[in-house]
Amino acid sequence: MELFLNRVSDGLSNGATYALIAMALVMIFKATTLINFAQGEFAMFGGFIVLVLATERGLPMWVAVVVGMLISAVLAAGIERTLIRPFDPANHLPLVIITLGLFLAINAIAGIVWRFDPRAFPELFPSGNALTYGTATLSWYTVGTLATIAVVSGGLTLLLTKTKVGLAFRAVSSNLESSELVGIKVGPTLQFGWAIAAAVGTLGVCVFVASPFRQLEPQVMVTGLIFAVSAAALGGLDSLGGAIVGGLAIGLVQSIVVPYSPIPNELSLLAAVVVLMLVLLFKPSGLFGTPQVERV
Amino acid sequence: MSDSSAPAANPTRSGERVLDVKGLEGGYGQIQVLRGLDFHVSDGEIVVILGANGAGKTTTLRAVSGMIARTGSVKLRGDEISSAKAPDLVRRGVAHVPQGRGTLPELSVEDNLRVGAYIRSDNEIDADIERWFDVYPVLRERKNQRAGSLSGGEQQMLAVSRALMSRPTLLLLDEPSLGLAPIIVAELFERFAEINKETGMTMLVVEQNAQLALGVADRGYVLESGAIFAEGPADELINDDAIRKAYLGV
Repeated sequence: MELFLNRVSDGLSNGATYALIAMALVMIFKATTLINFAQGEFAMFGGFIVLVLATERGLPMWVAVVVGMLISAVLAAGIERTLIRPFDPANHLPLVIITLGLFLAINAIAGIVWRFDPRAFPELFPSGNALTYGTATLSWYTVGTLATIAVVSGGLTLLLTKTKVGLAFRAVSSNLESSELVGIKVGPTLQFGWAIAAAVGTLGVCVFVASPFRQLEPQVMVTGLIFAVSAAALGGLDSLGGAIVGGLAIGLVQSIVVPYSPIPNELSLLAAVVVLMLVLLFKPSGLFGTPQVERV
Repeated sequence: MSDSSAPAANPTRSGERVLDVKGLEGGYGQIQVLRGLDFHVSDGEIVVILGANGAGKTTTLRAVSGMIARTGSVKLRGDEISSAKAPDLVRRGVAHVPQGRGTLPELSVEDNLRVGAYIRSDNEIDADIERWFDVYPVLRERKNQRAGSLSGGEQQMLAVSRALMSRPTLLLLDEPSLGLAPIIVAELFERFAEINKETGMTMLVVEQNAQLALGVADRGYVLESGAIFAEGPADELINDDAIRKAYLGV
């Protein structure tokens, strides 16, 4: 029982990271129906910026995280402007190739600048346990990761529903041409989506490597991205709530189902993908996705 | 409308030319659709451009509002706008209701209206939303529903209200009757005439439904294969034998 509870706790904290990266993917997918395969690498790069700010510039940890999120937002806005916007948004294949190219390029640049060895990352949440039940524990780290996704999803929801730029973003997601006709400049609005996504992703990586059992290295998000894409697809690709449920579900499958089943640990990635396939087979728009509306 | 159309129908009236188009050409890629159109719309007028499928009606409106590449002169109140793009034009007072409604299907009815006021920063936006809810009470009943779940007629009401939320001085309507039941279409056109009468809103409508459109319009143009084939006051066009045969089916 205690082992089971510990696995739940692990699953939730891993799942929270997938959920954060999945939310970043959802922000871009909502606007462009494009999956940014470089999202995990954007996040890893942002994580290194935070690490540099905190350890070499001496900023307090949470200040470093916020500044790092802002810097990654600006970098992503620049990438959107120079590498994404010149291409036809309706033609996905060239854009997918660009995001794959960015994946390789950012990974290589991070390796050149910060080398490929893992580095310790300062803790973001208090160490120790919030709750103890026998040998089962709920660490402050797990509580912190869950609190982070609550704050991020609440913040993004407010941004999208209560602000003018959020309204413009939802309009562009719904219909490009009609958005232009009401005076929305589509390019800068999509750029805003890329910037927000990069900031959320950076936070996701910081939370992930703030675990006392993990370190930051350029490869840190390579498999994480596959889990995050699965999480986003499970949740419906255009739903922030779905990204959270999908992320936590994938995290739990990985830490609970896999150890109790005869699946070798090495195949846990496959287990996540099988869950995804089963859901999409019976519910093609994901758990919480918007079914395609007929555009009359 | 025949009584009120008399002064506006006079092309020599002193009304300022809101829209003045000369030698408009445009199309899609290599395909040239418009072959040098000349037309104008004066302040307060309802002008209709009639034409069959493929005559170039939609292309004409898209060229005017900067959604496709075009050549020729397009003047808005005397200013050349032929290089302006769609998001700039709405800031200059031109609202365009595209063919097929062009609502934002995933957004609520109320958000659709709010986004229509995107270019505004005054504090009368909520009052304007209420005003369109008064004009179309069915939109108030469905204000929290997704626009994509509305019927075709309701979506057209929403699309028109949303366009008017930008407080335009020129409204471009692209075949508002398309796919709607005749009774709904009649109501829509009645409402266009009312809005025109009450607010003096200038309107350029492209339509296939000549009977209804000429019924509310001051003047009309007939478009055929990308060129103007006939023009005149609405009541003359409606009695013109060639046009009656081609477009009114009588």
